[in-house]
Amino acid sequence: MANNLGLAVKPVTETPEAEIKRVAEWINTEEYKEKNFARTSLVINPAHACQPLGAELAAHGFEGTLPFVHGSQGCTSYFRSTFNRHFREPAPAASSSMTEDGAVFGGQNNLHEGLENAYTIYKPKMIAVFTSCMPEIIGDDLTAFIKNAKQKECVPADFPTPYANTPSFNGCHIHGYDAMLLSILQTLTTGKQVEGRCTGKLNLIAGFDANTGNYREYKRILEAFGIPYTFLADISETFDSPLDGHYKIYPGGTKLDDAADSINGKATLALGTYSTAKTFTWIKDNYSGKHVSMPVPFGIAKTDALLMKISELFGKPVPESLKAERGRAIDLMTDAHQYIHGKKFAVYGDPDYLLGYVSFLLEMGARPHHIMCSKGTKKLEKELQALLDASMYGKDCNIYMNKDLWHMRSLVVTDPVDAMIGDSHGKFAARDAKIPLFRFGFPIFDRVNLHRVPLIGYQGTINMLSTICNKFIDITDETCDNRHFELMR
Amino acid sequence: MSHAIKTIEGITKESTQEMIDKSLEVYSEKAKKKRAPHLAPNDQASGSACVKSNRKTVPGVMSARGCAYAGAKGVVWGPIRDMVHVSHGPVGCGWYSWGTRRNLMSGTTGVDSFAMQFTSDFQEKDIVYGGDKKLKTLLQEAKELFPLAKGISVLSECPVGLIGDDINSVAKTSSKELDIPIIPCNCEGFRGVSQSLGHHISNDTIRDYIIETREFPEPIGPYDIALIGEYNIGGDAWSTKPLLEECGLNVKSVWTGDGEMEKIAATHQVKLNVIHCYRSMNYMCKVMEEKYGIPWIELNFFGPTKIKESLRKLAELFDDSIKEKVEAVIAKYDPIMQAVIEEYKPRLEGKKVMLYVGGLRPRHTINAYEDLGMSCVGSGYEFAHGDDYDRTSVEMPEATVVYDDVSEYEFEQFADTLKPDLIGSGIKEKYLFQKMGIPFRQMHSWDYSGPYHGYLGFPTFAKDVDMAINSPTWSLVKAPF
Repeated sequence: MANNLGLAVKPVTETPEAEIKRVAEWINTEEYKEKNFARTSLVINPAHACQPLGAELAAHGFEGTLPFVHGSQGCTSYFRSTFNRHFREPAPAASSSMTEDGAVFGGQNNLHEGLENAYTIYKPKMIAVFTSCMPEIIGDDLTAFIKNAKQKECVPADFPTPYANTPSFNGCHIHGYDAMLLSILQTLTTGKQVEGRCTGKLNLIAGFDANTGNYREYKRILEAFGIPYTFLADISETFDSPLDGHYKIYPGGTKLDDAADSINGKATLALGTYSTAKTFTWIKDNYSGKHVSMPVPFGIAKTDALLMKISELFGKPVPESLKAERGRAIDLMTDAHQYIHGKKFAVYGDPDYLLGYVSFLLEMGARPHHIMCSKGTKKLEKELQALLDASMYGKDCNIYMNKDLWHMRSLVVTDPVDAMIGDSHGKFAARDAKIPLFRFGFPIFDRVNLHRVPLIGYQGTINMLSTICNKFIDITDETCDNRHFELMR
Repeated sequence: MSHAIKTIEGITKESTQEMIDKSLEVYSEKAKKKRAPHLAPNDQASGSACVKSNRKTVPGVMSARGCAYAGAKGVVWGPIRDMVHVSHGPVGCGWYSWGTRRNLMSGTTGVDSFAMQFTSDFQEKDIVYGGDKKLKTLLQEAKELFPLAKGISVLSECPVGLIGDDINSVAKTSSKELDIPIIPCNCEGFRGVSQSLGHHISNDTIRDYIIETREFPEPIGPYDIALIGEYNIGGDAWSTKPLLEECGLNVKSVWTGDGEMEKIAATHQVKLNVIHCYRSMNYMCKVMEEKYGIPWIELNFFGPTKIKESLRKLAELFDDSIKEKVEAVIAKYDPIMQAVIEEYKPRLEGKKVMLYVGGLRPRHTINAYEDLGMSCVGSGYEFAHGDDYDRTSVEMPEATVVYDDVSEYEFEQFADTLKPDLIGSGIKEKYLFQKMGIPFRQMHSWDYSGPYHGYLGFPTFAKDVDMAINSPTWSLVKAPF
């Protein structure tokens, strides 16, 4: 009975120490790296999650919005706990809790019952529905299901229920973000376009970004310009709410009225060309005013470009305060360049962040030696290569598309670098390579407060640079011999 | 069994029922009807469950439950350190459950220990054409890249079962070709109502594919036991295994914390199974009892009172030499535990705790809090069954609230009424209650601390509870202006 595989019964064995030692050395070799890179089917330690996670992040960015996962309930728990761990904040979301009978009869009953309960109990202003695997495979028709839900009065007919198909077997978290954001904007702006009306505001989209500090930084920049704005999918309050003895289920997010009126904006700026691609395409065709899609502003050049674009769109000069801030950032960069110049880095993460890391490093004369995207495209590869080609420090740097962190491990142990930049999941490869990991990506599960430290703009450049350089100086202090342990560095 | 009836001042069946009724007011009639049987005041004298359990979650209420895959990958299979555990399907499930349970492992990662994320990362084409071919290839790749792995588990995610892939057949063929045990586990997340079915399915796969396939090379002795349902959260097994060994017993295998596949496969040879987490592994204890005549005993390693009681209960099953050793162990640790209690009890006496965890701790930890002078004023499980609630009844004070698969709303309402000094629950609950100003400890993961099991664990547990409740930071919540 016990042996369904029909294997021969064998004695329990202990792997000899010498064998463990041999394999431990072998996995650090070129030979192993080649075998590792020859993989076609097994993915080991991927640096990306699935679509619905991103959809939930977008949903959390709107006022009074309850994210609602249509699918198995385990998915919801996984998404929520990921955000809980990263932000160390609550992340309320509901599920339609589909089970076996859903596979047979479809998920409509679960969805209807779930919407009714979520609406009654948690009193949201909007429920953002997105899917995990199960309804996608059995072919649930969300359009019809939600229409029927309103007919059955599970939720009021005029209650906003944007929905997005976010199958986990397609794309990754940034695409789910894009799909959900698009649906939310389509839903809220329906019938809201007014001929001749202009809100005078800038609509800003940050892209998939789980750093609340970045959101606050964007606002600070726009306020310095004195430009009125609507920040779409603004998670800064949702995931950075004060502890004052009261739990608020919806502590922040873009006001729904503002989001609705965003279609009459003066200009719309979508940052993160990879995580806002579909949304931007739709905005271009439907929103009033001007539309611009730009990279996430990491480093000086990309921040300069953003400020000049804002200046151009609103006919306002770059404010003195930001000019001074730029000067301070450059001051630090020149002060600190000697601690980072020529250092080699391995970087990995989402496309929009990756482009940012690379341009920032090149500006500092550092080398982004291994560049890895676990869910990349030819377009991204080209764009990264163009950045490398434009700098002498980009020479001999390598780009790896659709590889994972086990590939990355092979890279950093066979072709060493001084540090890695990415999310917490890179800590295993970094430890094996005995190099520091700078946690600028998502998620960060093993350090406190980093999601509040902005990385974008001039201030973000200052933050990244001081973190990196001081760590390198720490390493010198910790590892140098006594004769070279000096007061000044 | 007769138990002293514990009471809490101000808590009566009526007051608890009133609180429950109030929490249900918000629901529709249909939802109220479904939720009401899962909430009730405890009847301590009855010794039996006061709530319904192991039922489908009511859609939309915001449950903390996970799925069958979570029970299989996260709980039963994942902690076996020398196997490659493949999350078969799309990338997410494996990624979310990667390193998030804190089942610690010995060995060298990627060499003879595999606390990593292996997945087939299903794409659209795998859904359309099926993933069996991909699975076959990836098994070869795993064998080649990780030659010291003792086995491979294939843990199905939702799509696999829905598109009708036959992982069992692939596992069987590849297992022969690669000469390595490959265990197919049909634990798709949509199966069952919670993690619990994933435990059961995984137990069944151990029964069908693993047990009896290995034998211990040395002769079996009278003190050879296995430790079942110990997952080494924060190093728990590194406390309980040495403790049992100090009592003169040989722990031949641990299921499955820091576990070794071959030793698990040879467990049919032991003389006794000691089970800690009954919910997730009672199935295999019962199988081993029926098939191999191995008796099993449920123990509790939380807090000195229960540890002492458990060790004496265990000694009863052995000869005098073990009984003497157990008494010597108790005599050795009693004063150390007493010192811990003397240090912390004055600061914790009279404090109230509410619990909501998985399938064991909502009852097993109650007495550890009581050792510190605290009382449990509410408890419940994500995925327990009736037999768990039977066992809970005697541990909880009379008339305190019992909640099964509690919704976030209900839990918040109960906490708001009962005003506990501490809540022990999971990461999804943690920040909600901390925003309310209520101290909190994650009781699935020991909140990045541990171990909490055994004599080694209790001082850490006591320190953490004290730290959470008495942190001076809580006094700053209310602004002076």
